[in-house]
Amino acid sequence: MGKMTVVSWVTLFGMVLLAVLPPLFLMNGQAFYMDLATRLVILGIAAVSLNLILGFGGMVSFGHAAFIGLGAYAVGIPAHHATWGGFDLIASYNGFLHLGLAISISALFALITGAISLRTKGVYFIMITMAFGQMAFFLFQSLDVYNGDDGLTIDVRSEFPLINLDEPLQLYILSYVSLVGVMLLVRMIVNSRFGMVLQGAKGNNERMLTLGYNTYFYRLTAYVISGAMCGYAGFLLGNFTTFISPDMMHWTRSGELMFMVILGGASTLFGPVLGSSVFILVEEILSSFTIFWHLPFGLMLIGLVLFIRGGLMGLFKSKGR
Amino acid sequence: MRKLLGTALAATMLTGLAQAAEVKIGFVTTLTTGGAVIGNDIKKGVDLALEHMGGKMGDLDINLIFGDDGFKPETGKQVTDKLVKQDNVDFVAGYIWSHVLMASRKTVIDSGKFMITANAGPGPVGGKLCHKNFFSASWMNDQGPMAMGEVLNQKGVKSLYIIAPNYAAGKGMVAGVKRTFKGEVLGTDMTTWPTQLDFSAELAKAKASGADGLFVFYPGKAGGAFMKQYQQAGLKSSLPLYTAFTIDALSLPKFQAAGFTDVLGSQFTGHWDPNLDNAQNKRFVADFRAQHGAYPSPYAAQAYDSIFMIKGAVEAVGGDLTNQDGMRAAMESANYDSVRGAFSYDSSHIPVQPWYLREVVKDSDGNWTTKIVQTIAQSVENPYAADCKM
Amino acid sequence: MDYTLLFVQVLNGLQLGLLLFLVASGLTLVFGILDFVNLAHGSIYMIGAFIGASLTLLLGNFLLAVLIAVPLTGVLGYLIERFVARQLYDKDHLDHVLGTFGLILVLDTSAHIIWGPAGITVPLPAWLDGQVALFTGVVFPTFRLLIISVGLAVAAGLFWLVNYTKLGMLIRAGASNRTMVSALGIDIQTLFALVFALGAMLAGLAGMLIAPITTASIGMGGQIIITAFVVIIIGGIGSMKGAFIGAIIIGLIDTLGRSFLDQLFELFMSESAAETAAPAVSAMMIYILMAIILAVKPQGLFPPKVR
Repeated sequence: MGKMTVVSWVTLFGMVLLAVLPPLFLMNGQAFYMDLATRLVILGIAAVSLNLILGFGGMVSFGHAAFIGLGAYAVGIPAHHATWGGFDLIASYNGFLHLGLAISISALFALITGAISLRTKGVYFIMITMAFGQMAFFLFQSLDVYNGDDGLTIDVRSEFPLINLDEPLQLYILSYVSLVGVMLLVRMIVNSRFGMVLQGAKGNNERMLTLGYNTYFYRLTAYVISGAMCGYAGFLLGNFTTFISPDMMHWTRSGELMFMVILGGASTLFGPVLGSSVFILVEEILSSFTIFWHLPFGLMLIGLVLFIRGGLMGLFKSKGR
Repeated sequence: MRKLLGTALAATMLTGLAQAAEVKIGFVTTLTTGGAVIGNDIKKGVDLALEHMGGKMGDLDINLIFGDDGFKPETGKQVTDKLVKQDNVDFVAGYIWSHVLMASRKTVIDSGKFMITANAGPGPVGGKLCHKNFFSASWMNDQGPMAMGEVLNQKGVKSLYIIAPNYAAGKGMVAGVKRTFKGEVLGTDMTTWPTQLDFSAELAKAKASGADGLFVFYPGKAGGAFMKQYQQAGLKSSLPLYTAFTIDALSLPKFQAAGFTDVLGSQFTGHWDPNLDNAQNKRFVADFRAQHGAYPSPYAAQAYDSIFMIKGAVEAVGGDLTNQDGMRAAMESANYDSVRGAFSYDSSHIPVQPWYLREVVKDSDGNWTTKIVQTIAQSVENPYAADCKM
Repeated sequence: MDYTLLFVQVLNGLQLGLLLFLVASGLTLVFGILDFVNLAHGSIYMIGAFIGASLTLLLGNFLLAVLIAVPLTGVLGYLIERFVARQLYDKDHLDHVLGTFGLILVLDTSAHIIWGPAGITVPLPAWLDGQVALFTGVVFPTFRLLIISVGLAVAAGLFWLVNYTKLGMLIRAGASNRTMVSALGIDIQTLFALVFALGAMLAGLAGMLIAPITTASIGMGGQIIITAFVVIIIGGIGSMKGAFIGAIIIGLIDTLGRSFLDQLFELFMSESAAETAAPAVSAMMIYILMAIILAVKPQGLFPPKVR
């Protein structure tokens, strides 16, 4: 174990805070703040997964909200059929089925869209990922069986042995542990040879190609991993909100995810979590003061892009680096 | 005990002292986006109700908290969560949009609090998802169009084309008119909601269908856009228009400012009109006009009613908010002065009330408003009531 | 097949396409020449609509209002360039997306505060408010014909500007070689500001033209901007010809999809399911088209040669 840098201390401190504070809120009868923390941690998972390709891989995906939506519908659709009948093949409250569907469908969607998207570069990549996101958005809008635009209420949460997701604390613990797991997974990937190639391709793709690396393959793999992790976040989000709608996949949601990553600091481990935390808290605080909270929020966003290099985590990095 | 401690702690932090006895009402409506046209009028109705009550229900102070649903089901559910969990309100009222109501319903019902819709009336809440703690201060989506279907039959309309937005309320409205209309429906177009505001393709199809009449439902700003395009397409003589919640006190001043005289004479159905002759309505309309220089919309009237409904319940139990059964019984009896006049509730907590045919006219000062031209029926059935097992 | 209906729907599709072209042309100019991703372009379209609507009510004359409002949106564009966009040119596209995403929030909320949520209904002079009988059985709203004509005229003007004027030459050179243009002693910053203002005026004009149909309302920008992006991506970023053809294709697909898709769907699903599925699927079609085109030609149909 190397010497702890400021960044590591901030990461550790932040993660401890997230572990300790929310259960305290709950014990004090502040169920709403517990909810806020759960939302923040789940979106943190989504942001961490986006960061794997955006921060470390240089792939600016503007359609990541689609994976959240797919993951959430993987809970909602089987539960819907289990409650109201039909589609016997998947009609079930079984959490393992929901989880498996969420991850596999997200991964499959990532594989197909990634294979096409990664043929393009730069702004074209940003826009084609957005187009695929919108496609998923409109697809679910068109599905009248699942109420289209009106969304789907999940009457029964995913059922697992030993844990009960109806209990806010258990759901929070699951989300928190998942966040830690996803962060460790991303760290492992980034530090592996695979991760080196991925980051090398972000810096200089031509060089990696001449070195004999099929960077397209590396990128596609990272894209699929990221999509699957984001789908997992959607699985949690569906269980948390118990209401899902195509709106979860709208392009503005993808924009918000990107914002979280950049706000906290792309290509850092804790940045996306910090970003999602600050995003949710600022949104909550501003919107309690004025219905016109989007105005200061937008100014903040512009200010962030103009003046803060490397996001909030950048503030903690020593100048020497 | 721990919970008590926490609440006391929070109360001390916020106000410094334990508060006086109060009734807490969460009111969810739309204050941002284009949907805020309706939400702002509703807010005016609520504020006027509070003013008329002097801020008190019996001995209790009223603490009313607005929540903005941002015109989205998901956001609506989030603010409802907050009202229930953080503000711990006694009543959750409001809801313009059927899909927002459907998304938020479970949160309120599960918490054991009362939920009162001041507008939205999606089918399930009056049917298979009815609940003892859920009340409507308005109507079911289907009912206004069902009344319109009767009008169409009386007018001898043989065939109809329908255009409506593709969300819960639009589907309910379409189902409603189809339920009572005896002629043939030549086509139905459901448009993307709330984003689609250009209806060129749909109007061209309606015209080509050769129908006797066109039925549409476009609440809020979309209504203005639709009316304008209907006029520009020159369909008034060949394809007469019948509407639900498309022309109202919110759009009429805009039409008047734009000199859009084609709207005068338009007819639509409603359970309320500013000209209804009862003391509560006269006071409401007069004071609303004095304050805002405009007629109230039905949305404002329903919101005003919903607050009085809560007042009736709170006062019936002498301010004892733990007496839920007593409050429920009071609401079931519709014991308050409604701006629509006397009415009652059916077994699924949906109002049983007269429906009227209303027409756009000029008032004595030249302002565009509406008047009642016919009482269509003393009541329109709630078509979902049979599914309600309460 | 009802050919009269088909003909009218094609005209409707053309009208939508040309309106999209007005928005997309400004976007492709800014995007192609300044290499700047401007998500807030749609908000300029919205503010143009509001300025035009307010002036129409104030002056009582729609055409006069448009003549004054177009330069005003140009000024707005200049201000946005000066205070936000210019600071972002040397950053990457991700920063452009985020910065202009913030700008959307600022502009949309400001419009809500200034003009309220109700939107403005724009009155038209009587001669524009009626219909024209094109031939027997086909009548079409006069104002939609006007949009078609204005769209075609602007398209012609832009082709002339880009291909046959000195400004156009500079614009094309600016896209290919910034340092060379600067070396020729031309102030590239002024050139960029001009292009940005021109793009804003085009978007504003589009907003003013649609306002008498759909009313000027908050949120209208967010709907058109993504479609406009799809248009220029399909056409090839920076290509005026691509923007034109892309816009017409998208306009036709959207309108014809809304017109005929439900009938097609009714062949294999229930009537009510078809009614609900059709609008969403026709909205999805343009994205499917975009994905197919990019899968085959990753730089769009007409990638500019200079890049």
